[in-house]
Amino acid sequence: MSIDLPDIGETADQPITDGGQAGSAEPKQPSMVFRRFLENKLAVLGLLLFLAMAAFCFLGPLVYHSDQVHTNLAAQTLPPGGSHPLGTDQVGYDELGRLMVGGQTSIEIALGAAVVAVVLGVIWGTVAGYFGGIIDALMMRVVDSVMSIPAIFLLMFLATMFRPSVLMLILVLGLLAWLAPARLVRGETLSLRTREYVQAVRVMGGRAPRIIVRHLVPNVLGTIVVNATFQVADAILAVAAISFLGLGIPPPAANWGGMLSDGLNYTYSGFWWLIYPSGIAIILTVLSFNLIGDGLRDAVGLRAHRRI
Amino acid sequence: MAAILEISDLVVDIRSGRSTVRAVDGISLTIEPGRTLGLVGESGCGKSTTGLAVLGLLPAGGKVTSGSIRIDGQDIVGLREAEARAIRGRTVGVVFQDPMTALNPTQRIGAQVAEPLLIHGMANRSSAMKQAVDLLGEVGLSRPAAQAQRFPHELSGGMRQRVMIALALICGPKLLVADEPTTALDVTTQDQILQLFDSLQQSRDMSILLITHDMGVVAGHTDEVAVMYAGRLAEHAATPRLFGGYRHRYTEALLESIPTLDTPRGQRLATIAGLPPNLGGQLAPCRFAPRCAHAAKVCFDAEPSWSEQHSHGYACHLPRRIDTDPITEIAGAPS
Repeated sequence: MSIDLPDIGETADQPITDGGQAGSAEPKQPSMVFRRFLENKLAVLGLLLFLAMAAFCFLGPLVYHSDQVHTNLAAQTLPPGGSHPLGTDQVGYDELGRLMVGGQTSIEIALGAAVVAVVLGVIWGTVAGYFGGIIDALMMRVVDSVMSIPAIFLLMFLATMFRPSVLMLILVLGLLAWLAPARLVRGETLSLRTREYVQAVRVMGGRAPRIIVRHLVPNVLGTIVVNATFQVADAILAVAAISFLGLGIPPPAANWGGMLSDGLNYTYSGFWWLIYPSGIAIILTVLSFNLIGDGLRDAVGLRAHRRI
Repeated sequence: MAAILEISDLVVDIRSGRSTVRAVDGISLTIEPGRTLGLVGESGCGKSTTGLAVLGLLPAGGKVTSGSIRIDGQDIVGLREAEARAIRGRTVGVVFQDPMTALNPTQRIGAQVAEPLLIHGMANRSSAMKQAVDLLGEVGLSRPAAQAQRFPHELSGGMRQRVMIALALICGPKLLVADEPTTALDVTTQDQILQLFDSLQQSRDMSILLITHDMGVVAGHTDEVAVMYAGRLAEHAATPRLFGGYRHRYTEALLESIPTLDTPRGQRLATIAGLPPNLGGQLAPCRFAPRCAHAAKVCFDAEPSWSEQHSHGYACHLPRRIDTDPITEIAGAPS
């Protein structure tokens, strides 16, 4: 990986002949992170892959029309071909169209859950890390306790109590996933709060909210963005997992996990078109977010950190 | 005129685990308006802790046990954090050692310099930005308006230190606490920054507490010097007087360990044997005695008392003898 030194064009010809080296190995500026990200071919591939998947799911239905509300038992499990490029499922829904609609749900839930997890995690982590002491101890014990509850158990419990909906899944998955970012952010905050610029703001009379919002959060953003992309990948898998267990959003709504689960019932009937498309869609989307996450991690310099 | 900073009998304890270390043990210092006090000593002698106590930034477990710190006449010891912060915010500015970590890497420098004004509601956003740009020009950044849009990593170390100084000065403080402000800079930049301090001090009539281990920095840029050792004051005098007629054996040892161009080639550099004492352990009555080349029995038996004459104070049983009247040497001493 090549490390770009920042452009110091103007500073170089200053009348002040100050010493010291300009630039650090840690780009915090969004534009630099973006440039580094674009230099990473795999990361760009991941981004393109995700854009393609998103376009397929959200723009596809505008081009490819199919009835995803009414079942058509006359057109059950038709193999691919003719007016159904990917065939139909066990109740006669067009598989290609269903893949698009199901993808919308999966991506919406995953992105939503990641946002909930990260926002909650950042708030929790920065507050605990900044105040430290007993507040930190209490807040982190809460994290430990929640983390000790098996997620799948909680999901099944909630699914039996409430009728699953997109919003509910976003909240539940988000509320289960915020623990990791909270720990991550708290750890970074512990080191950031002793930085001299934070100390200087304290001397100048800056209060906790200002320090957290303006000085701590922007500096953990790199870590957070990276974590968020992995959260999305995890959430897609989690949605697939609970739908696979039959606890997902009920029909006629669809999602990839549910489709995969339904298709598996017909494994021995040889209806491969009910299994591969949704399975591959899940894999590609998760892969795209993992590639993006890896690329971002390199771009914000976290790996360089770890090597030291 | 009243002193800007008046520290009397300051005792700072730092608790870590079960042990408590008395990092500062009964320090008294005064800085008059427009004057610079250099606080010198080795690492771990309590000079930075004294500075942090003034700034209210003592590390976790650190506490002012007794004594007072008066900033502009108001004692901040015992005040609630918010009240102390309100006093310090407008009166005290701070410059730290490492300009690499002293600026927020995610914010443009103009916004950072302007921030204290916004914190105190002293200006609206646009006028704060304008003041910040003006000040950046004053501390020696050319094309300050363009520079204000840059991020810290786009500037060199010296320029960052200038930005840090601007940040410290934006609210017009009466006291600037500079903790090793030039240690992380190379020698030529050091000199520029110190000259900047001098000129800013004159134009703004500001007091400076300059914390450093560098006798050379102290010699040229302070009015008074206080030498600290193991949490206590060893010697305190006006700068010319101290360099001309230092009495304390620790000051002597410090000054002798500065290499000069005349030192013959091949000669070992003078050092002070051993390390500063562990402040958590048993301390000799004269804390410097175990390392002192001139120590006698009395140094291990009784604590040296503070003797002061012509506002030149020191605590040493066997002070260095000065043959000539120090006053006559002032002419030759650096000012």
